[in-house]
Amino acid sequence: MDWTLIIENSLKGLIGINAVYFAIAAIGMNVQFGYAGLLNFGQAGFMACGAYGLGMTAHYFDISFWWGIPLGILFSVLLGLLMGVPTLRLRADYLAIVTIASAEIIRLVVRSVKFKTYFGGSDGINSFAQPFRKVGNSLGIEEADEYGFWPFRFTGRELWTLIVGWILVALLGFFVYKLMKSPWGRVLKAIREDEDAVRSLGKNVYSYKMQALIMGGVIGTISGMVFALDRAAVQPDNYSRDVTFYILTALVLGGVAKVSGSIVGPMMFWGLFTFMDNFLRQVAEDPIHLGNITLMKSTQVGQLNYILIGLTLILLMVYRPQGVFGNRQEMAFDGR
Amino acid sequence: MAADRTYSPVAQAARVALDTCAREPGAKKPDPILVGDGVRRQFGGIVAVDVDHIEVQRGSITALIGPNGAGKTTLFNLLTGFDKPNTGAWSFDGRSMEKVASHRTAALGMVRTFQLTKSLTKLSVIENMRLGATDQKGEKWWNGLFSAIWKGQEDAITKRAEDLLERFKLGHMRDEYAGALSGGQRKLLEMARALMTDPTLVMLDEPMAGVNPALKQSLNEHIRGLRDEGMTVLFVEHDMDMVHDVSDWVIVMAEGRIIAEGTPDDISRNPAVIDAYLGSHQGRSLMEENS
Repeated sequence: MDWTLIIENSLKGLIGINAVYFAIAAIGMNVQFGYAGLLNFGQAGFMACGAYGLGMTAHYFDISFWWGIPLGILFSVLLGLLMGVPTLRLRADYLAIVTIASAEIIRLVVRSVKFKTYFGGSDGINSFAQPFRKVGNSLGIEEADEYGFWPFRFTGRELWTLIVGWILVALLGFFVYKLMKSPWGRVLKAIREDEDAVRSLGKNVYSYKMQALIMGGVIGTISGMVFALDRAAVQPDNYSRDVTFYILTALVLGGVAKVSGSIVGPMMFWGLFTFMDNFLRQVAEDPIHLGNITLMKSTQVGQLNYILIGLTLILLMVYRPQGVFGNRQEMAFDGR
Repeated sequence: MAADRTYSPVAQAARVALDTCAREPGAKKPDPILVGDGVRRQFGGIVAVDVDHIEVQRGSITALIGPNGAGKTTLFNLLTGFDKPNTGAWSFDGRSMEKVASHRTAALGMVRTFQLTKSLTKLSVIENMRLGATDQKGEKWWNGLFSAIWKGQEDAITKRAEDLLERFKLGHMRDEYAGALSGGQRKLLEMARALMTDPTLVMLDEPMAGVNPALKQSLNEHIRGLRDEGMTVLFVEHDMDMVHDVSDWVIVMAEGRIIAEGTPDDISRNPAVIDAYLGSHQGRSLMEENS
């Protein structure tokens, strides 16, 4: 068993690109779910908005890559309005239903053969990220070179996306932190508790919920962009339901309604995930036999990994429901 | 008991003005702040509220009483925009309110509390209070980012909130979560928070429900205090002692309609009210009833 490799990969998983795009998406979901109490199960749809915004510049519109950023944001604002207008006046669970459905509709539309000219069908869109890579090169980060020190060794390509990604995490984290300390954040937290009380005090609850939904969605869009830039490709099936739920899981793991939770949660999630994956793979290389039963095959690694992650989460929810950073006291009163 | 109390000049003026009013349902008031006409709300086949005319005198404490299911809370919801009537018109301070959304009423000076207390338990007491202030610059997210824009206003709001908390004897709980308060303290907090909106009409839905007798006395004092500062108070209550003790005028509802109006003393002698509350057979024994 090669422990050096396991540890190296796990530590890389902790700060790798998966943790980055999860963290950005979780910061967004935290605005919606953690602070405003909106159950958005369609964060993957918002992420797809960002990714396709970038991808379509080259694939369909034939305009500069950089237009993809405002385009993606525009898409997600429209999506937010589309989801919010009919549902934000209703109970919270309706929003959950509509968001999960909308995200799936988006995925099915962009992967459909019918709209291949716009979205590239199930193959998605490739080769649009060059302008982004070029900026990295011009700053002296050679794509093919290796940088860093053990255990954090990355190619220039990875490094450039990571730098941009972590800067975005820091900026967006600070943005949300400042907002939640402001009277605006106070109204949001109050809405999470009791809408009618807030309405009776003269706040336009509907408008605040819409703002939170769209803001969290736009942050999710930025996450989708980072992911697409790392892969240099947009694949419709990268934006399916399970992505949303893993992000939500990572957020809960870190602790909702805390900016630190939304950043460290995804890091822990991917650190743990990579560790288990690497560890189980090494176990499977030299499987244990009990008579003619093989306890572990390499094809079972992925499944077992998800089972163990699920088990960890159940245990976490039972023994530490507020997550790692959450405020126990904030969770304690629920006598409504 | 009520007779030997001394009244503040404001209260005295309200009582004198109300004394000239007819003791009948829908009585006209000299200076109404709230007027409703033909307000009707049906839930399926049940008519919850069917009020032909209602007026609330400015600067008075008006009690809205009636047996369970009389439509008091529904009327509250209708007047504050939390529910829409099937028909009817009503105005507040001369301004027609039919088209006004519920969140706009607070800005106009009409604030309400709820029967089931809505303290925001996971916010601290002081944050609950700050939330009540209207027209906060920092409540727009683009301003919220820059604390320099809203810090000054926030400090002024905090000062006002602390004064109110002192007045309601909640000062020592300032930084506790509202969830840590007792039921009675939550009632006080909700009332104090409503006052942060700087209202002219305060509508209290059962302020005494679940409050211990000692605290009831001080709640009564607070309600009188509101009137003496020039606010109008309309409240729903079941506790008849409190109604008698604190109100200048009483409106009685039963089965969605207003059945009587008058001063507390008139009302306690009114046979229609006694019927509505206790049933028309009260005073007779079961033996007589069967025969």
